[in-house]
Formats: sequence, C-alpha cells, structure tokens
Amino acid sequence: MWKRDESVKPATPPAQTPVTTPSSPVAAGSAASDSRTQLGRDNVNIGKSVIIKGELSGSEDLTIEGHVEGRIDLKGNALTIGPNGKIKGEVFAKVVVVLGEVTGNVTASEKVDIRDNGSVDGDIVSPRVAIAEGAHFRGAVDMQRAGAKAQAKPAAPSQGQAPPQTQKVGA
Amino acid sequence: MADARSLTDLFGILGSRRVGETTSVGDSSVTQATEVSYPTQALQKFLRCLKGADNPLVLDLGPGVGTNVTFFGEQLGCRIRVEDVASDIDTHVKEGKLERLPEFFAGRFTQAPGSVDGILCWDIFDYLDRPAAQALATALCRLLKSDGCLLGLFSTAETPGQAYTKYVVVDESTLRYRPYPGQRQRQRNLLNGDIIKLFKDLRVTDSFLMKSRLREMLFRKPAPRA
Repeated sequence: MWKRDESVKPATPPAQTPVTTPSSPVAAGSAASDSRTQLGRDNVNIGKSVIIKGELSGSEDLTIEGHVEGRIDLKGNALTIGPNGKIKGEVFAKVVVVLGEVTGNVTASEKVDIRDNGSVDGDIVSPRVAIAEGAHFRGAVDMQRAGAKAQAKPAAPSQGQAPPQTQKVGA
Repeated sequence: MADARSLTDLFGILGSRRVGETTSVGDSSVTQATEVSYPTQALQKFLRCLKGADNPLVLDLGPGVGTNVTFFGEQLGCRIRVEDVASDIDTHVKEGKLERLPEFFAGRFTQAPGSVDGILCWDIFDYLDRPAAQALATALCRLLKSDGCLLGLFSTAETPGQAYTKYVVVDESTLRYRPYPGQRQRQRNLLNGDIIKLFKDLRVTDSFLMKSRLREMLFRKPAPRA
C-alpha cells in the first residue's frame, strides 16, 4: 500500500563490517566478499552459499541462510535462521526465529520462535517460546519468569539428560 | 476428594460438558479425526501444586505440543522436557520388541532421582501392559521430588482402534483431545485399585471421573519419613 521512500536510506553502506568472524576461516569464500551477503543499515543477510566456521558476533539484526558452525552471539539483536540456514553451535540473541535448522542450545533474552518446518536440536532458554505446528524440536525448554531473572542464562549442556527422541511438535 | 468426584458425576448426569468441537487442521498425521474439547479438573490442581516452586522441572510424556510447552512455561516459568513415550512404544511395536519395554523404561530417563517437580503422563499407561506399566511407574516415582506431583489420565471405557491422543491445553480447565494414528491400541482398562498399586510410592490427592470417560488422577510424592 505504501511505497517505500528510498531517499531516506543512506547512499553509502556503513563503513564498518557489522558481523565479525574472529578466527573464522570461511570455507566457501569470505562472507564480506560474497555478492549475496547484503549489508543493510539494520539487518545483515548471510546468503545460502556462505559457510562460516567460528564465532559470529555482532550488534545488528542478522538473517542466516547459509551454514554456520560455531557460536553466534547477538545478545541485543534478533537472529533469523532462514529456511535454508543451518547452525551448529550455541546461539545467543534477543530474539531467535528459526525457519531452518539449529543443532545446539538456543538462549534468547526475549523470545524463541520455531516456525513451521523449523528445527531445533538442543535446549532452549527464553522467557517466551513459541513452537509452531510442524516444527521439530528435541531438548528441554526453560522459560524463566521475567521477574525471576532479568537475563536469560546460557542453556545448560544437555549431557546427562535422557537420550533425546526426535519429535514432531504440533499444536 | 470424594466431594469433587461426586460433583463431577453430578455434572455427568446433568448433561454433556463438551466445550466445543472442531475439525482437526494442520497436522497431516491426523486422518480427519475429530477434535473435542473437554473440561479438566486435575490440570488446574497440577498447576497449583507447582506454582510455588522456583523454576520447576516438568516432564511431559506425551507427544510434543508446541502450545502446551508455551502454556506450562508461561504459567509456571518452568523447565519442560518432552519425552515422547508414545513414540517409544511405537518403535518397540515396529521392531517387534514389546517384551523389552519394561527393561527399556527402567533405563529410559537419566534425570537424577528426586529431581523432577511434575510429570504429565496424560493417558500413556492405557497403552501399556502390566509389566511395562509397572516399570514406567517405578521409574517415574524415582524421578519425582518429594511433594512433586504426577498427572495421569486413565480410560474407563473400551476404545477400539489404534490411535493415541494429543491433549492440547486450551486453558487450565479445558483440554482439547486430538487423536492421531499410532501402532498400539489401548490395553485393558486399569481399575482404580490397579492404578493405586502401580504408583504405590505416591499418594492419590485427587481423582475425577470425567464425562470424557477418562479418570483424571493426581498423585503427590510424600516426604520421606524422618
């Protein structure tokens, strides 16, 4: 209905690379040089051909369509794992939306949202958790009351827990 | 307890308390099954048992239901772990190893003994024969904390067909029954005495005979005697 006013956007992209990958050999070419990695003012998109091995941290919202093996730390921002995205490692963010696959514990200070066909194999710590019908989830959910603890603590490793059973979650 | 049961029976005499009827949507595994919502008495008592606990640990033995995870998390601020025992049963049926279920249940849960605040069994015991049911009940009693509570639903009528039921929490006094196909049919109905013997380490705190032909039972684990 409303036509976006492009003139509001800055003419040049930010000079500083918003996503850092310290000690991260990028297997399928540099994320920065990948033409499908689009840098916007508020949201970074990692394309589906990008593979990142190592820690990923930043202070902007991030959408991942590629593969990431390693910890992702976006404590104050939203992380979206797109339908093609695959994450192996712990995830920390303010809001985590999963449409792809995550293998590892997910900690969000605000909300975790596993959408239809999204998959999480690991424990979730967040005050709000939404698991859509058709989503896959195996692990434990820890939804602490907002007043109980101000910040979500990292998910405990799932060692010593029962052998996980693959579940089709529906409601 | 007796008052509550008689009140429930009275509601049954007065007429159906069916809350609503909807057609199943969305879950491809359900073959045109009809979902029916029924009132529940035990769920709110189960919630009340756990509301005082700080970050309680709840085990859900039913199939994963996303909205249930959200509901219990929001109501209790709890850690919830879904352990789909129905899929365990199906796996054993498919492999033709049903006789190994008791042994399997004995080692199924690796949570520390006395570490779980609440267990939602739903109607899973209806699908087990006596040895497997006893093995599962013993394992659950071992996991439960002192003063922890366990909610079970037990059929009081013969129900033909191979179907499990997802119990979707609508609110603390309403459950939506959502059948879905499975490999195992309900076994012989457990009588009240049978159920009490199964959970001999627990104390029955509430028992409700519901219009849905299910007996809702709430158990608590008594504190060990000094």
